Amino acid sequence: MDYSVYLYSILSFSGLVVLLAAGLMIAERFLINYGICKLDINAGEKPLEVQGGQTLLSCLYANEIFIPSACGGKGSCGHCKLTVTSGGGPVLPTETPYLSRKEVRSGARLACQVKVREDIYVRIPEDYLNVKLFSAAVESTRSLTHDIKEIRLKLNDPPEISQRPGQYVQVQAPSPDGPVFRAYSISTPAHEPTVVELVVRLVPGGIGSTYLHNLHVNDGAAFTGPYGEFHLNEDPSVEIVCVGGGAGMAPMKNIIYTIYDRWPDRSCWLFFGCRTTQDIFYLDQFKELERKHSNFHVVYALSDELGPEEKWDGETGFIHLSVDKCLEAGVARQAFLCGPPLMIEAVTRVLEEKGLPPEDIFYDEF
Amino acid sequence: MSETSAWVIFIAAIFTNNILLTNFLGMCSFIACSGQIKTSLGLGTAVIFVMIMTTMINYVVYHFVLVPLSLIHLQFIVFIAVIAAFVQLVEMFVERFSPKLYFALGIFLPLITVNCAILGASLFMIIRNYSFIQSVGFGLGAGIGWAVAIVLLAGLRQKMTYSHVPKPFQGVAIAMIVTGVLAMAFMGFAGMVAIQ
Repeated sequence: MDYSVYLYSILSFSGLVVLLAAGLMIAERFLINYGICKLDINAGEKPLEVQGGQTLLSCLYANEIFIPSACGGKGSCGHCKLTVTSGGGPVLPTETPYLSRKEVRSGARLACQVKVREDIYVRIPEDYLNVKLFSAAVESTRSLTHDIKEIRLKLNDPPEISQRPGQYVQVQAPSPDGPVFRAYSISTPAHEPTVVELVVRLVPGGIGSTYLHNLHVNDGAAFTGPYGEFHLNEDPSVEIVCVGGGAGMAPMKNIIYTIYDRWPDRSCWLFFGCRTTQDIFYLDQFKELERKHSNFHVVYALSDELGPEEKWDGETGFIHLSVDKCLEAGVARQAFLCGPPLMIEAVTRVLEEKGLPPEDIFYDEF
Repeated sequence: MSETSAWVIFIAAIFTNNILLTNFLGMCSFIACSGQIKTSLGLGTAVIFVMIMTTMINYVVYHFVLVPLSLIHLQFIVFIAVIAAFVQLVEMFVERFSPKLYFALGIFLPLITVNCAILGASLFMIIRNYSFIQSVGFGLGAGIGWAVAIVLLAGLRQKMTYSHVPKPFQGVAIAMIVTGVLAMAFMGFAGMVAIQ
């Protein structure tokens, strides 16, 4: 039996592929060269000059403007939306699933799909221009429940973050196809600017949560941020209502501690829905806060039947029922919801019945 | 080597041996992109160009590389690699020199990489022992034949949006049936010229 034919086949096929790849690379070198293009942000606010031929997202990234993106530029998350006023070419078929007709008319595009071929004019929300890339080290990790971990990241460079409660960061997680970004809310209050704490639930097969759950103390981590549109109402007479479920605790913890740092007497409610006593976390420290601040009220509710071993003297049933029971109608409020879509929908309905206008209800859905 | 003239092969590839309607190759993009005449014309044009170019390149690769090295068993994988690389190259060219055409073709160009009619044309050329000139005629004819078929179906499907198709037949089902009817109509050309 002569095996040399296998060797020849493999060698010649590899040779051909190398040749084709080299040819393509040379062609790319000469063909995809658009020279230097002007990139204008917010009508002259930040004029840049970039090498043409790259995507808008990578041009901005190279110039330290971090647009949120979860998929790493593959056009599958739709987060990197921004407005291109001119020079972006027509909307591509890869973008249309993520843009409504209204957005297309106003010039919204996905930055990862737009290629810079000529001078280009874009509008970027002011918040994104303040976003920075942070490098940090894990200060501590703590298991809160069987699948939820609290991870504290100590910032190295830059050493401080300026964030508003309710904002989130995008943690860079390695994956077989290059780094991906996953969004997590910041749970440390704004007056602790040197640390970013995350509350992460382990999703089976999830890239970001698996990575974060496997981090050890002193491991390095990188993230961009802060992102998020939420603005806490600065009027202390307005009551704040936080409703969370499952792992949706991080933004509320941030909001509550920020409030009691600034307004010790402000009225605030925290409702948190769990399934069993196993899922309860942070209850002790919120009870402690409740003792210190008479206007803070914390309500945890269990939705599943109690097991034979479990003891519970608090609320039971779904969390929107507790919200309905505890809150009076007609009080000036701002609400922040964080949890699964069905919970958000049910709680929004209850809050609207209590006379809260929809523009004062914010939510993080997951 | 086959004796038929290149001109006859060209005509036969369009009508009697239409690669789509007699061999049913390239059905996926045929069904998926035949909603509108405009898009199907764009895709058809791209297929014609890529098909004629890849049959020519594959002819050279086969007869001047694979045959001398007695590696003809590699023809499938080599043809696929050549087609993929060529489509990439064309995409770059079009993007650079005709952005308008690039945006008009959009995602169709990369789609052609996995169009089995393109690979089919290269393989038929080998099976039927065509000379270079015959291969050019065949590549061009097969491409035009494919484009004619998809534009015909697109025209019919556009008309069909105004007709009452029974619910179980709506969408792809009726497109398949119409394709079958089209194929039968093309059988009428069968006696005209013959290639094997």
